[in-house]
Amino acid sequence: MSTREFGDVVLDVNNISLSFGGVKALTDISFNVREHEIRAIIGPNGAGKSSMLNCINGVYQPQQGAITFRGKTFKHMNPRQVAEMGVARTFQNLALFKGMSVLDNIMTGRNLRMNCNLLLQAIRLGPAEREEIKNREFVERIIDFLEIQPYRKTPVGKMPYGLQKRVDLGRALAMEPKVLLLDEPMAGMNVEEKQDMCRFILDVNDEFGTTIVLIEHDMGVVMDISDRVVVLDYGKKIGDGTPDEVRHNDDVIRAYLGTTH
Amino acid sequence: MSTTFPRLLCEHAAQRPNAPALREKEYGIWQTLSWLQLAKMVQALSAGLALAGLKRGQHIVVVGENRPRLYASMLAAQSLGAIPVPLYQDAAAAEFVFPLNNAEIAFAIVEDQEQVDKMLELREKCPQLAKIWFDDPRGLRKYDEPGLASLDALIETGQAHVAKYPREFIEQVERTQPDDVAAMFFTSGTTGNPKGVVHTHFTLTNRGRAGASFDRLTSDEEVLAYLPPAWIGQNIFSYSQWLVCGYVVNCPESSATVMIDLKEIGPSYYFAPPSVFEGLLTSVMIRMEDAGAVKRWLFHRFMDVARRIGPKRMDGAALGLGERLLYALGNIVIYGPLRNTLGLSRVRVAYTAGEAIGPDLFTFYRAIGVNLKQLYGSTETAVFVCMQPDNEARSDTVGIPCEGVELQVAASGEILIRSPGLLKGYYKNAVATDEVLSPEGWYRTGDAGFVDASGHLKIIDRAKDVGRLSGGPYDGAMFAPKYVENKLKFFPYIKEAVAFGDKRDRVCVFINIDFNAVGNWAEKRNLPYAGYTDLAQKPEVYALIKDCIEKVNADLASDDKLCGSQVSRFLVLHKELDADDGEMTRTRKVRRGYIGDKYGVLIDALYDGKDSQYIETQVKFEDGRTGMVAADLKISDAKVFEAVKEAA
Repeated sequence: MSTREFGDVVLDVNNISLSFGGVKALTDISFNVREHEIRAIIGPNGAGKSSMLNCINGVYQPQQGAITFRGKTFKHMNPRQVAEMGVARTFQNLALFKGMSVLDNIMTGRNLRMNCNLLLQAIRLGPAEREEIKNREFVERIIDFLEIQPYRKTPVGKMPYGLQKRVDLGRALAMEPKVLLLDEPMAGMNVEEKQDMCRFILDVNDEFGTTIVLIEHDMGVVMDISDRVVVLDYGKKIGDGTPDEVRHNDDVIRAYLGTTH
Repeated sequence: MSTTFPRLLCEHAAQRPNAPALREKEYGIWQTLSWLQLAKMVQALSAGLALAGLKRGQHIVVVGENRPRLYASMLAAQSLGAIPVPLYQDAAAAEFVFPLNNAEIAFAIVEDQEQVDKMLELREKCPQLAKIWFDDPRGLRKYDEPGLASLDALIETGQAHVAKYPREFIEQVERTQPDDVAAMFFTSGTTGNPKGVVHTHFTLTNRGRAGASFDRLTSDEEVLAYLPPAWIGQNIFSYSQWLVCGYVVNCPESSATVMIDLKEIGPSYYFAPPSVFEGLLTSVMIRMEDAGAVKRWLFHRFMDVARRIGPKRMDGAALGLGERLLYALGNIVIYGPLRNTLGLSRVRVAYTAGEAIGPDLFTFYRAIGVNLKQLYGSTETAVFVCMQPDNEARSDTVGIPCEGVELQVAASGEILIRSPGLLKGYYKNAVATDEVLSPEGWYRTGDAGFVDASGHLKIIDRAKDVGRLSGGPYDGAMFAPKYVENKLKFFPYIKEAVAFGDKRDRVCVFINIDFNAVGNWAEKRNLPYAGYTDLAQKPEVYALIKDCIEKVNADLASDDKLCGSQVSRFLVLHKELDADDGEMTRTRKVRRGYIGDKYGVLIDALYDGKDSQYIETQVKFEDGRTGMVAADLKISDAKVFEAVKEAA
């Protein structure tokens, strides 16, 4: 991993603070993400990991600080703008359409790429059909990539959890993202499913050159696949660096293992 | 008329250039490759291989699932007069060492990253392995190994060469003669190192043609290629006969989608070992048990009708009007939809071979209108030796000798064969060749059997496995372990059985339960279990298996010769027998001797009359790591019946 090369900073988080009423979820957090790297955000429960992701994603508006994406600084963004800039995400508690097939679920990820107006799409006129075929082709490549061909027509709700997670990833990939935010991609998985998911994450990073920001609980996984790690605790950043540096950071050890006072 | 595979390819490409040759489902769509496109690809590949240094008479391994470009690679090698050696794609890397060194193989064409990893792992033990090409580049972008390249790159260099020297290909094809070696297949072998079976263009095309004329196959057939290409059966059905007849071979999207693809393609010519037919039936039965009451009633009602009328109908017997109407109704309500679900709607000829097939299983398919038949053959005979004609299929025979085959039963009961499709020999193994091939051209099959009154060949067991009991009430009685095991395996709950009894006073068996079937059975009875090992040791499961065994015993008791083979004690093994642990061959045949050594303590416990035995076993996972499985195995007695003396 040490020989990997990274590009410029694509995502720069500067002094972000977020609070809900009196509760401070994030305090003065800064870190950056370089192109092509796999960047992990870890921390104990309630450390503010998901809040951090939601800020990047535009779901939450931080009270202080700014996020710079590819050189452009934003103070307020909404999720659609973020998506249009090429940031896709998956969800901790799966937000798939349970009654829809795998294929349709992933097709929804192509939403932003469909430019025909509603009328054309409704009656399947020429341009709409061509567009549909083009997008379907792209989705098929994702299905192939994620090895979920046997489930194309299966309603997502009927599938095992590990596979649903894969569909969730597929939908995010359908957006052809530059940056992919993964919220606990391995949560609730068994060892084999975790291994599969690790391989897919590494492959996405490798084959498509996608920059990946992931939140994860499983330390083993994080240390294995991440290039750099940010550690949060009680909404504050307590560590930042390569997995090895983080592993030997006293503050991190204290936060994870506890100390005697 | 004798020919070679590359010549057949050129003929198809010239005569019907736009007819489909291969299809592969990719990105959700069946992508077609016409004969002309295929010929062009083969031409480019062969030029690329020649430039890379592949010479006439050299061997090249091909490892992977059924993929159009791997088929094209085999044709390309054969065009140059080189010899493709297909190997099993699910074998562990270590199993490749012997074939690679035995045939001094320097070139490999493999499917994907998994196979590339195996080949790279072997480089230390097989230093001659210079070039490796891969079909699917996924995950291989960062690999920087000497001699490793993609098939795309190989085709590209080949194309550039072809543009300059377009005649070279046809000259090479002309130089290859029918009696040149076409391919080598390593037999799995239940003992010792595998042996390379050498076949020429003549032997393979001759047998392909014999089989095709027996069933009047045409270029309109559709075949789904889903079994390992390293197995001669798959090679004959989707390679030799494909080129001989010129029909369409369809490659599934992945091994997990075979059932879906089967339904979409609806093959007209179908081949599967009994285990596949059994798997299909089990899946139907499990789904039927979960169906609503009305459907279930309808299914059972009409399946009774089918079992009564269907086989007669298949045998071409005259049916009464009532029977015909009833069957026609069943066909609309049950059989038709069922055949469609199984992907067998359009099947004109279906074959099973390799293992004995249970009478119930065999009857089921014939009853619902699938023309399922049996054939007899092996790697050494290029498959076709005996085949069952339409209307004459039986579950306990393997048919009549087909075109060109002479058959003889030796005094020992072993079946001898003379056929144009016999192997040229075992590669670099004259001793083994002389053992099986007599100077007069008779091949010793190693199977014991006889020809019955209707002229059909009947196989009992491997000749060397037929043993004798010694001591006890049936001293000296014949013991055919496979015969007993097969009878047991015909029960859906029993996946594998291993019988012991040679030179012992009675017969004992190891049982492997069928995890799906028994698991479903347990769930229906609210019987909780934690996994295979736990389920296998449940007293209820022992009672279930005991019941099966006693039925077999009752059946054996009525057979004069075999009543000594009744099973007196048994145990259910704590793990599934697996080829990765060396307990079975890659074609899923149990290696009785190996199992006997490995589980010696269990056999002793069976014969010593113990009630249970503790055992620890090492298991090998697919990625080569190992783990331990330990269990305290129960041992149970089964009721043995008095011999039923036939009235004199």
